Amino acid sequence: MNDMNLKFSKSHEYVRIENRLAVIGISQHAADQMGDVVYVELPQIGKAYSKDEEFGVVESVKAVSSLYSPVSGTVSAVNAELLEHPEWVNSDPYGKGWMLKLEMTSPTELDQILSQEQYDAEVSSH
Amino acid sequence: MPTLIFDQSIPGRRGVTIPASGVPERDLLELLGPELLRQSPPELPEQSELEVVRHYTRLSQLNHSIDTGFYPLGSCTMKYNPKVNEAVARLPGFADLHPYQPAEQVQGALALMYDLQSWLGALTGLPHVCLQPAAGAHGELTGILMIKHYHRHHGNRRTKVLVPDSAHGTNPATAAMAGFEVVTVQSNERGLVSVADLKAHLDDQVAAFMLTNPNTLGLFEEDILAISQAVHEAGALLYYDGANFNAILGAVRPGDMGFDVVHQNLHKTFSTPHGGGGPGSGPVAVSERLAPFLPVPAIVRRPDGSYALDFERPLAIGRMKAFFGNFGVLARAYAYIYAHGHEGLRQVSRDAVLSANYLKARLGDAYEVPFAQSCMHEFVMTSDRQKAQGVNTLSIAKRLIDFGIHPPTIYFPLIVHEAMMVEPTETESKEELDRFVEVMLQIADEVRDTPDLVNSAPHTAPIGRVDEVLAARKPNVRWRKPQTAR
Ligand SMILES: Cc1ncc(COP(=O)(O)O)c(C=O)c1O
Repeated sequence: MNDMNLKFSKSHEYVRIENRLAVIGISQHAADQMGDVVYVELPQIGKAYSKDEEFGVVESVKAVSSLYSPVSGTVSAVNAELLEHPEWVNSDPYGKGWMLKLEMTSPTELDQILSQEQYDAEVSSH
Repeated sequence: MPTLIFDQSIPGRRGVTIPASGVPERDLLELLGPELLRQSPPELPEQSELEVVRHYTRLSQLNHSIDTGFYPLGSCTMKYNPKVNEAVARLPGFADLHPYQPAEQVQGALALMYDLQSWLGALTGLPHVCLQPAAGAHGELTGILMIKHYHRHHGNRRTKVLVPDSAHGTNPATAAMAGFEVVTVQSNERGLVSVADLKAHLDDQVAAFMLTNPNTLGLFEEDILAISQAVHEAGALLYYDGANFNAILGAVRPGDMGFDVVHQNLHKTFSTPHGGGGPGSGPVAVSERLAPFLPVPAIVRRPDGSYALDFERPLAIGRMKAFFGNFGVLARAYAYIYAHGHEGLRQVSRDAVLSANYLKARLGDAYEVPFAQSCMHEFVMTSDRQKAQGVNTLSIAKRLIDFGIHPPTIYFPLIVHEAMMVEPTETESKEELDRFVEVMLQIADEVRDTPDLVNSAPHTAPIGRVDEVLAARKPNVRWRKPQTAR
């Protein structure tokens, strides 16, 4: 997965940069832990979020979890197809399971969140 | 599986035949007008009385209940409910009362409620009680609204409510519903509230901290006095979720731990059959400072010994429910407390704690127990080890059904992976507990030797493994008449 240049928040969201936009979703680890996702709630285009602010919810057969934005920015796209296909969060979290694209307001925040190696170390220590 | 009652319908079949009316009939259309009358009759099933009785009796026989088998559903206190309590609740003098009867005519019912209030006040150490809320979650809402009004009355609008990461989902839901922002407090490595993290979150915007003690891991919050002190120093109040009260009856009182408001789940601790969707009862008990905010009407005793309803409480948050709460549940709780007495209730909790620790000790080798200290009335174990062998908690839970045992609560609390939360209650015999242990050990062997058997369970239930994902993604909850070919 390293070739995708993913970065992670401690609350298990990932972010990758594509055409200067931050593409956000949840990690494979989080998707595996939650079990089959049955419902995803995402915000409207144009909404602004600061880092660590809640932007949506995912519901699995086990639990409901909040989603937190790993960086600050304004929503420029949401994955509307995901609402019809919540199973993509489990099957392809980094691809078809993406949730939001943000226009970042402070890209330096990317330096403060976890690299793939740091994230892997973080989740295996639990 | 029996078919749906709708599919058994035979057009024109009736349960009762009503004789022709003896008074002149008026046309409904003329009386109500077309806008209030539906165009086509509702599609109700048409069956005889016998067919209806058989259908529902058969369905009831497919059900699992505490009267048919062990039900160790953690956090739910599925204890046996003595039948004498049913007899009490059904006494015609109680069951046939009308809620609009004047207080003079219902003195017995009011006396029962008044005494129950004072007993709950004595057990919780918080003397002012309201019996209105219809369930635990409703009691939470009542309590948190009182806290909100309390702060407003003192001139501040605090915006946040803190809940531990091990909390039951109703706690954050309650706080959000009452208009607060919910902030999560971390647990420490022993499964208890991290006092350091709590202190880091306490400020002048925090209205309350909601806590269950013992918590949802079945562990007693040993730092409760330090927690209570920190919360109060920040000007916030401490809320006690009484879902786990069965662990501490007559042993320690939430009021003495420093809680300002508690709700009780009468249907759990005080023996009303539940699990079928209600009705329940979630009385709240509060300290002096919250008493003025209790819902109205209050049940009061006059100097002459008679009982009355008091609506003159200017600071009251209002009514939380029509009339006086779910009275039948109150009658059962009254009978249960009366039958046990103080010492009997203490014994209830001692036995509940002993049973849970016995199961924990006997299952601790085959399954992992993440928190080693002794537990209260329930404990959480994980099937992490079994998951590594290709079988998850859901399958183990389903396999238990084949042995006539209701599965424990699973995947809760959220902070434990593959959690199984076991609450045996005090009413099971040692033989029944031993049988549960044997079954759990057998399942652990099956996971190792014949995992497919577990992964495809249940095998003996009327319905096999249901597709929970499909049911959640595409719920089909409405019957539609099949289209008949013409
Ligand atoms: C810890 C806890 N809190 C609150 C509740 C909510 O109670 P009720 O179901 O009576 O609304 C429950 C119920 O399962 C619970 O286990």
